[in-house]
Order: sequence, then C-alpha cells, then structure tokens
Amino acid sequence: MARNYPQKEDDVAKRIELNVNGKMQAIEAEPDMPLLYALRGDLNMSDPRFGCGLGQCGACTVLLDGEAVRSCQLAVDSIGTRKITTLTGIGTPEKPHKVQAAFIEEQVPQCGYCLNGWVMTSVALLEKNPHPSDAQIRDALSGLKCRCGTHVSILRAVKRAAQA
Amino acid sequence: MTIALNRRHLLAGAGALTVSVVLPGAKARAAIATQASRLALKPDQLATYISINQDGSAVGWVGKIDMGQGTDIGWIKMIAEELDLPPERVSMVQGHTDLTTDQGGASGSTGIWKAGAALRNAAAEARRVLVEMAAEKLAVPAERLTVVDGTVSDKSDAAKKVTYGDLIGGRHFDVQLEWNHEIGNELLVKGKAKPKSPAEYKTVGKSGTRRRDVPLKVLGKLEYMVDVKVPGMLHGRVIRPPVAGAVPIAVDETSVKDIPGVRVVREKGFIGLVAPKEWDAIRAAKALKITWSDVKPPFSGNAGLYDHIRNAKVAKKDEETNVGDIDAAFAKAAKVVEATYEWPFHSHAPMAPACGVADVRNGEATIWTGSQKPHHCREGIAKMLDLHEEKVKVVSMTGPGSYGRNDAGDVTMDATVLSRAVGKPVRVQGMRHEGHGWDPKSPASIHTSRAAIDKDGKVTAWHFETKAFSRREFFRDEGSPERTLAGQLLDWPLKPVWLFGLPGETYGFESRRKVSTTIPPLLERASPLRTSHMRDPGGPQTHFAVESFMDELALATNMDPVAFRLRYLENPRDKAVITAAAEKANWQPRVGARKQASGNILTGQGIAYAVRGESRVAVIAEVEVDRSTFKVWARRFFVAHDCGQIIAPDLLRLTIEGNIVQTTSRALYEEVKFDQSNVTSVDWQTYPILDMSQAPEAIEIILIDHPEIPPGGAGESSSRPTAAALANAIFDATGIRMRQAPFTPERLKAGLA
Repeated sequence: MARNYPQKEDDVAKRIELNVNGKMQAIEAEPDMPLLYALRGDLNMSDPRFGCGLGQCGACTVLLDGEAVRSCQLAVDSIGTRKITTLTGIGTPEKPHKVQAAFIEEQVPQCGYCLNGWVMTSVALLEKNPHPSDAQIRDALSGLKCRCGTHVSILRAVKRAAQA
Repeated sequence: MTIALNRRHLLAGAGALTVSVVLPGAKARAAIATQASRLALKPDQLATYISINQDGSAVGWVGKIDMGQGTDIGWIKMIAEELDLPPERVSMVQGHTDLTTDQGGASGSTGIWKAGAALRNAAAEARRVLVEMAAEKLAVPAERLTVVDGTVSDKSDAAKKVTYGDLIGGRHFDVQLEWNHEIGNELLVKGKAKPKSPAEYKTVGKSGTRRRDVPLKVLGKLEYMVDVKVPGMLHGRVIRPPVAGAVPIAVDETSVKDIPGVRVVREKGFIGLVAPKEWDAIRAAKALKITWSDVKPPFSGNAGLYDHIRNAKVAKKDEETNVGDIDAAFAKAAKVVEATYEWPFHSHAPMAPACGVADVRNGEATIWTGSQKPHHCREGIAKMLDLHEEKVKVVSMTGPGSYGRNDAGDVTMDATVLSRAVGKPVRVQGMRHEGHGWDPKSPASIHTSRAAIDKDGKVTAWHFETKAFSRREFFRDEGSPERTLAGQLLDWPLKPVWLFGLPGETYGFESRRKVSTTIPPLLERASPLRTSHMRDPGGPQTHFAVESFMDELALATNMDPVAFRLRYLENPRDKAVITAAAEKANWQPRVGARKQASGNILTGQGIAYAVRGESRVAVIAEVEVDRSTFKVWARRFFVAHDCGQIIAPDLLRLTIEGNIVQTTSRALYEEVKFDQSNVTSVDWQTYPILDMSQAPEAIEIILIDHPEIPPGGAGESSSRPTAAALANAIFDATGIRMRQAPFTPERLKAGLA
C-alpha cells in the first residue's frame, strides 16, 4: 500500500520563515514537512486544501513567485524567500481577481473543494498567456481534478476571464 | 465588482432569529425565538420549517442539504414564492440535527421533489396565517388584503399595512400542519392553504437567483469540513490492514515514541492514533509497527470479477415485475436476441478523503460531518456511544463532494471512537489511498437482456435480469454502527440489506419481465469492497444495459434507434424527450453503424433515454474515436430533460452538465481494481477520472418545463442514460458494441482487432 511521505530518522523541528500573501511569517517545523501543512496547520489558513498529497489533483495549489505549484509536494524548507500567494491572496470580496469574478459569474463550483487548483492555475496561465486558445486552456488545466464534473463551466469561466 | 458574502454556514451558529421581544400573538407562541430556543422539532409544526425574523425576512429549515447544485436556492425560490417575499429575503438552514427535522438528508434526488413539496406547503400556510393575523390587527377582512414583499396591506386603502416582521418577527409560529407520519425522504406536511398556481409565479421557473455559497467558495472564504477546529482538538488517523480482513494482533508503541504526543487507540479490530499536530499523526500512522493477523487474501482479483458474479449463488431476488405471458412469447418467437453487459465497482472518490470531527465528553457528543445524511449520522453515533439521540448533536459541514454514501460516515464514526477513547475532540482525515481504497463502493453488476421477435419483426417479449452485489450499506446509511468500518471492526453484528434495483422505462412490449438479484459480498466484514449507493444508485449501469440492448434490438429489427424507441415507448413525456433530443442533435435516421469517411477520426452519435422517479431524460452523445489510439472523446451532448415543473432553469442546466460529465467519466475511465489482498485503485493514477483534456466541447440542453406537474428530481436523472448513449455512439462510429464498462482503449482495440 502506498505511503506518501518520506520520513527521515533525523527530523528536527527548525525555524522557517515564509512570505505568504505579502507577509513574513515564522514557524517551527520539520524541514521536510510539506508546505501545505505549514499553511493549513501552523499558519491556520484554509484556502489551499489537502486533496491527495501526491500532486495529482491540485486542491493544494498556491502560486510561488507567480508559478502554480502543488503545496503538498514542496518541503517547507525548500521555499526560501520565494513569494507564496494563496487563493485569498489574489482577490477579496471588494476586489476579486478577474478569474474569481468569472468563476462567480459562471456559477462554476458545485462542492468547490477542488476550486482552488482551477482558479490558481488559471491565474498563472492568464499571466503568461492572456488570450489562450481552447486547446491551450485545456492543456494548462489538464492534471487538475474535479469530481463534480464542472469542467464545461470552468472552460466558460476561463474564457470569460481572458476577455475581461 | 463587489461581492456580498452571506455566510450561510455561520447563520446556523450565530442565530438566525435574534429577537427577544415577547409578545403574545394570536398565532405566535410567546417565546424567545433564538436558535438556542429552537422548539422541539416536531414534524407537524409549521415552526419546524418556516420562521420570520424581526426584519420580516424568512428562514426555511430543512433536514436535507444542498450538495453544490443549488438545491437551497430552489427551496428559497419556492418559499419566497408562497410568502410573497423576494428570494433575497429568504435563507435556509440545512441539515443540522438540532435545528432541522429528519428529512433524510441529501438523498435520491428528493431535495426539490419531496422536501420542496413540504416546504412549499409550509410556506403557503405561513402566508395564510400571517394574512389572518394582519386581518385581525388591521381590522380588515383577509380577502381584502394583499402581500407585496412581506408587507400585508388593504387593497382599497394602502395606508393600512403591516409587515411580516411586525406580525410575528422573532417569534415562532404555533400552527399545526397535517403530517403524513413519515420521517426522512417521504416526510410531507400540508396546511389549510393551497399553494399558488403556476400562473401566479414570480420567481419559480425563472433564472437569475444566484447561489450564495459560490462567492464564498471562489474567494476561499467558506469554512469546509476540513477547516473545523475545536479547542483542544487532536488529529487522529485510523490504520487499515495491508490484507483486507486482517486485524491487529500486536502493536509496538515504541515505534512512535519519538513523535510528540502520540497516543495509540486499539479496540478489537480497530487501530488508530491521535497526536496534537496533523503532520505528526500522519508520520506516526506510517511509522507505527503493527502485526496483523495472518488471513487468507480474500479476493481473486478483478480479472475474475464477472465470472464470480455469474457463478455466485443468488442471495436474494430483491425485485421482480411481470407483464403478459413472457414464456409463451418466447416459445412463439421467430428470432431471439440476447446480450449481457458488465459494470465494475466504482469508487465515490470525492476530491479528498473524508474528514470528521467528534467531541465525545461528559455523556454528550458534538459531531461535525460532511456526510450528506447528518440525521442518520446522529442515529449511528448515538447507538455506538449508547447515548440518547438528543445527547448527540451533528453539525453539517460542506465536504469534498458527495454523490451518495461515501466515506464521510465512516470517518465520522472513526473520530467518534477515537474521541471516546481519549476524552478529547478528535479530527480524522485519511490519506488519499485510504479514501479511494476504503470508501464504500458502487456495486459491480452484470445485466442480461433477452428479447423475442416475431415473424413480422415486432418485439413481443423482453426479459431483463440483473445479478449484482447488493447496495448493502444502504438503509439509513451510517445510521447504525455495523454499517461503518469502525462498527464492523468493533464486532457489531451485521444486518445485511439486499437491494439493487430495476430500470425505469415505459417500453410497451406485449410481455416483459424485469428481475433484480443480489449476491453476497466478497468479504463480509470491514471490506474495502463493501457497497453502498452512488449517484443514481444502480441507474447508470442498468440503463447502460437496457438502452444498449434497445439499440441492438433496433438493429435486429432493421430500425433506426430513435424510430425504434418511439415505436415501443408508451408515455408521451418519454417520447417527447427523445424527439426533442433528436431534433436538437440533427439526428440522421439509420440502421446499424454509419459509414465512415476515410481518416483517423471516427465519429458517431448514440441515443439513450431513461425514467427516474417523476423525471425523464434523453441523451444523445456525439463521440470521436481515434483509430490510432482507440481513445474516445465524448465531444458533444444533446440532452432533453423533463423533470416536471422547473424551479431554477439556470441551476438545473449546471446540475445536468455535472451529471453528464461525471457519468462520462464513469463510463469511459472508471473501474476499481483489486488484487487478492486489497483494492489497488488508490489514487488518481490508479483510478483515473475524466480530465480537462477530455472534457466535452458542448452540452446542449433542452429543458422541457411542465409547470402543471409537480417537480420530480433532477439531481441524478441525467446520469442514467449517459453511459448507454456513449456506448451507442461508439457503435455508430466503429461498429463495435461495448458490453463492458469502462469503454477503454484496450476494450476498443480488442473489438477493432
């Protein structure tokens, strides 16, 4: 049976500083603990979520210097000074990110648990390629999972955001 | 763009009714109507379903839960309509066991169909009572009064007016309803008032009422089940055996002594642990050295699954229907057509392994669950803890997707057992391999159809038979410990349920017989292949078989698949969905598979239809099959959907899209694999689902509204015919008949070779 996390005999908690949504925060953690657990546990955040712990679904996605990455796959000690941005860091109710506004407009989520991955990956995509084709959107978003089957409305929302 | 957030989930905790003015009213009970003083939840009391805040806004209370399709908006629209309030001034409290009565949770597409009917009647009665109260207060006969946006006024003197808030705001209705003495899905109440006729509707049947959970979800502001934190809470993990059926016989606790705060909990076959930090609990669960009992691997592997089902002794014939003299019809047949279809185990595979929090202390329990049946959850936990149900409070939280009885009930019971053992609140969430590997599965099945055709080419008899594993964990879900993994590991006596189900259709063949039989499980207790209901339980598989066979019969009688269905179907609503889908898809009548132009991409269209409850759906799938890779792309769908009266067309469309995509995933990709020891489909690599690269290009939906027919369910109906529509489209494209799901490249390659 697959067990997912390597455990070293010499794990020792260590002080680690993280730049999260523009704010420096310090935690004490085992260096090989995935970033996800630092965000959810030590920093008490709820926007990146545990989905698989294997980098297969995207529910834990954050932006690292603007790049969409799976926080369950990154050791917390490997982040360094890179800027971590989470779902609540890209927009607010007063000023939602255009991708968030489009997802709301299209009423995309059902359970919404996976949504973080789709929104954050779309944000990173549109930064690099503001007007992607249908094939480019599908390609950029492949590898994310949605069990409720909202794929068609996600495509509509990303296209809407690209036009915003 | 500024988005107003309405924290639905906070509503329940903070108190929707906040008024403390005590006024004796003719129809209002003089009570301080806070949530803490919510009346005993009697099913025959109006106050159980509807209350009015001091500001005149209304709250609907329902023992069901929206799972993300906007069912709550449906209820809001139905209540707003009857109360003459704008939908913006109605909110819902859903599922919490101390605030809502048992209406069966999210179940069987009955949200609008059944709970909606009860809420509509209750809201109509509330309006009647409010108008009567206004008549008394304004000294104006009730028939002279009108209600606009919650203000009751004299039609002939608009200055004479009073608001709902002034009449009863903050106090409970004291009005008895006629109750059918059912609890759960079938609960129905009625007042003296008659609900409005559809001609009077202002909001029901119209689009535009936005879901309130959507902005919270998109902005990362919704508190999910996984986000629940209770002071002093520990993180728990339950450890599953490498060979299914094995139990721990020895545990070496020194193996986790270096991990801070770990405490091992072992009771009979149940082994788990808790730790203050989640990461430590995860590390400890991995490191804990357990000696498992030496059991014989219980399975033969999924390669032999269908032979096993074929050869298994029938445990129970659970359903049978008969029309006409089928034996005589077969005796006279000019031709007999027979085919068998096979469908594997499916995993619910929600987006995350389920999470639950339990706080069992001082003879009471508070439980936070993502289960879609909180009242059943309370029932099971009360039994496990030997507590009266009133001592167990279950708080309903949004989980990572729920399409039936998934692993949420199990994890909540795991947390309960751990919390009871350590005397502290415990949160449990498994790892991915535990979610996929140990959630209750949708049962594998085989379906045989046989038809008699007479000398004139008419189908005169149809025999349909299902042989399947039972949906064992069905009855009231986790409502008793033996229907959870923890209960089974703690030796609660098993009470098997035998149930699979029959297809829904109206084919008017002169004689017909439909039989459903069930077989025993592969492993009785604590099995990773134990079975439950998953979205449209039994539906996608039986209709894959029935509707594929109807195409086979069309071919055997030289008919076009659409014409064949229209010839034999009896219900005009069934014929209407087929005709509508065919027109929209520009269906070209044909007998057998179409002729393909040369090229690598083969295209095809296939139709299927099904009845579910009071609803019916026809789906036409358009596929592309790549001749070099054998991959199928379900490129477009045309769906004609009739669920009676439509409440919210925009949300219905999104619900249908989700059903179509999810069932496409099941039909094309999904199959739980297992070896002799255990389930081996344990993540998204080993249990692939539909990916964005394979998402349909378009799902074109025709909604057929029948305002005069009460709403049927819509949460699952379109899941029903989708697999068959795909199989029939693949046949049209390739001439290959898919009789085993999923329709993978390997199976297509075998057929094309």
